[in-house]
Amino acid sequence: MSKQIQQLDRVIIRFAGDSGDGMQLAGDRFTQETATFGNDLSTLPNFPAEIRAPAGTLPGVSSFQLHFADHDILTPGDEPDVLVAMNPAALKANIKDLPRGADIIANTDEFTKRNLTKVGYESNPLEDGTLDGYQLHAIPITSVTVKALEGFQITKKDAERAKNMFSLGMLCWLYNRPAEGTLRFLESKFASKPEIMKANTAAFQAGWNYGETTEEFSVQYEIKPAALPPGTYRNITGNIALANGLVTASSLTGLPLFLGSYPITPASDILHELSKHKRFGVRTFQAEDEIAGVGAALGAAFGGALGVTTTSGPGMCLKAETIGLAVAVELPLVVCDIQRAGPSTGMPTKTEQADLLMALYGRNGESPAVVLAPATPGDCFATAIEAARLAVKYRTPVIILSDSYLANGSEPWRVPDVSELPDLSGEFDFAAPNGDAGEFEPFRRDPRTLARPWAIPGTKGLEHRIGGIEKADGSGAISYDPDNHDRMVRLRQAKIDGIAADIAPLEVEDPGGDARLLVLGWGSTFGSIGAAVRRVRLAGRPVAQAHLRHLSPFPANLGEVLKRYDKVLVPEINLGHLALILRGRYLVDVISYNRVRGLPFRAAELAGVILDVIAHD
Amino acid sequence: MTEQPKSLRLVPHATAKLSTKDFKSDQEVRWCPGCGDYAILAAFQSFLPELEVPRENLVIVSGIGCSSRLPYYVNSYGLHSIHGRAPAIATGLAASRQDLSVWVITGDGDALSIGGNHLIHALRRNVNIKILLFNNRIYGLTKGQYSPTSEQGKVTKSTPFGSLDTPFNPLSLAIGAEASFVARTIDSDRKHLTSVLRAAADHRGAAFVEIYQNCPIFNDDAFLPLTEPGPREQNVVRLEHGEPVRYGPQGERGLRFGKFGSIEPADVAGTDAGSLLVHDAHAEDPSYAFALSRLDRSDFAHTPIGVFRSVERNTYDDTMAGQITAVRDRQGDGDLAALLAGGDTWLVS
Repeated sequence: MSKQIQQLDRVIIRFAGDSGDGMQLAGDRFTQETATFGNDLSTLPNFPAEIRAPAGTLPGVSSFQLHFADHDILTPGDEPDVLVAMNPAALKANIKDLPRGADIIANTDEFTKRNLTKVGYESNPLEDGTLDGYQLHAIPITSVTVKALEGFQITKKDAERAKNMFSLGMLCWLYNRPAEGTLRFLESKFASKPEIMKANTAAFQAGWNYGETTEEFSVQYEIKPAALPPGTYRNITGNIALANGLVTASSLTGLPLFLGSYPITPASDILHELSKHKRFGVRTFQAEDEIAGVGAALGAAFGGALGVTTTSGPGMCLKAETIGLAVAVELPLVVCDIQRAGPSTGMPTKTEQADLLMALYGRNGESPAVVLAPATPGDCFATAIEAARLAVKYRTPVIILSDSYLANGSEPWRVPDVSELPDLSGEFDFAAPNGDAGEFEPFRRDPRTLARPWAIPGTKGLEHRIGGIEKADGSGAISYDPDNHDRMVRLRQAKIDGIAADIAPLEVEDPGGDARLLVLGWGSTFGSIGAAVRRVRLAGRPVAQAHLRHLSPFPANLGEVLKRYDKVLVPEINLGHLALILRGRYLVDVISYNRVRGLPFRAAELAGVILDVIAHD
Repeated sequence: MTEQPKSLRLVPHATAKLSTKDFKSDQEVRWCPGCGDYAILAAFQSFLPELEVPRENLVIVSGIGCSSRLPYYVNSYGLHSIHGRAPAIATGLAASRQDLSVWVITGDGDALSIGGNHLIHALRRNVNIKILLFNNRIYGLTKGQYSPTSEQGKVTKSTPFGSLDTPFNPLSLAIGAEASFVARTIDSDRKHLTSVLRAAADHRGAAFVEIYQNCPIFNDDAFLPLTEPGPREQNVVRLEHGEPVRYGPQGERGLRFGKFGSIEPADVAGTDAGSLLVHDAHAEDPSYAFALSRLDRSDFAHTPIGVFRSVERNTYDDTMAGQITAVRDRQGDGDLAALLAGGDTWLVS
């Protein structure tokens, strides 16, 4: 008997379980199927830094949230419509985020007295009325899975582990997701273990059948594909987009890519990804530490490579001196800081935007560099290409401030045609003799860009020495001359400032043209701010939105944009880094909104803040 | 050289004959009068033409310290970097540019204190770089604090009651770090210094050369027992591969294995000839070279110089390039469109 089908325009699902329950995998597969189906989507993986925190405890809960819709969406969503809770800890850790009426699918097998006590439940919430306001689906997921796999030659443990595939199958049925991709995925993942592969496939199908045949679910949902601009799409995370952007930049500049990196959460996936791309001539160097990672990248850049290093906050601290050297010797260098919650180790898997001031100013002396921040996971691709372009053209370090949310979150991304990508080979030249008598002056600048020549070893006649000691303008000889130092300090700053003419101006979205409040963000808050602004407009209040990709230098029109509005609200996942700079630079009394919870802003929360600011007019 | 040194296999050959003068830059040399660095620089500059490497393919990378100023004085490509980091920077350069001859100039503070980590990892990776460590057993540029090679109890500006630390033995450290080439020489012995540089250049992989260097200002005569005629003949043990080890004014002293694999001095007369050591720099097992490195004493009695160890091992840069070639041979060059599309795509029309 076919069940009733209900149309929805959007759904937010959160898979939650123990770190070892395979929730990230289940979420990731559901995302892939949803992407292939053609919905717009946004994801938020949220997991502990510990690989296996003690089983069944609150700190061990790992979750994956997915928001998908038949229209374009900007965030992973505030409140889940559906929570899959694989154990009591998963329920307890997530229930506070659920609105009344939400569906809860709970694995009853794990709701044992011992597991309940472990997280402080005195009685079983599945039975004591705690969940009366919700649609509870109490399903013995583990035992049903084990029963379904009885015929397979696998251990009981392996059978139990397949419960994530059972849950995935059930959800795929419930939301009408295609299954082919997951079946293909299981085939390749367990190619060397055919029995495990068959068992997982069977578990997935058992979950699907469970949804279809039991009375547990009375309706099946359908969410139509979203009307995205035409093109070929794929689902992509920020880290993969960044890695692909770097490989693409290498190809577009014709410079070999050299990555020097030390493993650190949440940046390591970029190293993993780039290490696969030897076909593109990519050299990846897993260094002995963060300092060696950036040092090797700078050494490679001296030799004419596109030198890149990837890290997160604690690693940025260690790289500061080498970035300063890159500023002084004026060599191209791309530094990717995938920000995470700090200070110190902080919360390694949680997101934050509190490295902005460090990126801008965290080096000794006057040490200006370019700083860029992608807005969405897919935008990491374009940001990487722009970072490489500016680095090689202006011979400067360029810092990319991504973060944990962008790195691990994903969205549909329109795959660009290679022919539509910019040709970057004309953006720079290796040096030729430039002196008046045919000699070479390593610090004689291009008057247009103020960049010094990039003379790579192996080029006859351009032998020269560079280093961290101050150099004479032009000749590049060591110089302690006071006026020369003052001039060089200003030249290095002017070079970075001049880049403002070579980047896109700040665009303001103000549909009615009558907004008096501008909400200005940077980096990964783009989606949350955008969703909040939409809500405010739906409530009939005009509000303008602008988003900064360029933090150093700022777009040339930023000051003018700021002055156009009565009020400027700057939401940041820090205590007001951008706001501090805007106030100092433009003398604008911006209003800061700051929450530093290790999570993206919620759209509802920001909408409330915006309405409050408007109301206090 | 009749045969091309092994470290230069992928480096172009100079078309014109080069002289010592070609490797002098226009910068005024600014070390203190009498500094051992002058002798090393002069020996290095007069040795370089022998390599027959075009100037533009020679790169000198240094850290911070007196010795690290050397790149400014050699007319080649040079990078005077930051304290301790030269081996890391040189690794990136050498691993991505096999057509360059890359030399690292460092000191005892630079390489063994702030940069100790980079040194040991460059050695174990066996990157094709030549590391010359000028060991004067003192911090010079910061004006006279004890260094990681200073003898324990050394009275300096920062240790008025004597230093507390046990010093590093740089060669023991390098051998422990899986170095494939380890040698020692002395600033004032130009001929020996040049022969060691020659051997280092002829080694494919990381070559570690410790150069005892006198600092006349903060640690004068630190190596006098090895440089002053008289004591010198008593103390210096010259190692030559394949040759019996003999030292002393008449070559009356030799070396033999002692307890637990250690090496000890022995009078040639009165010692069974078969138990006296014949030097083997190519011994695969590093225990022998390590035992040799432990002969050093604070009074410099029986101090070996020369090539302690020189063994062939895959280099990091060759292996890295080899992986790329192998993958390209197997799978072809990268296809950007395929990379960007990834695995699962869908079409929106």
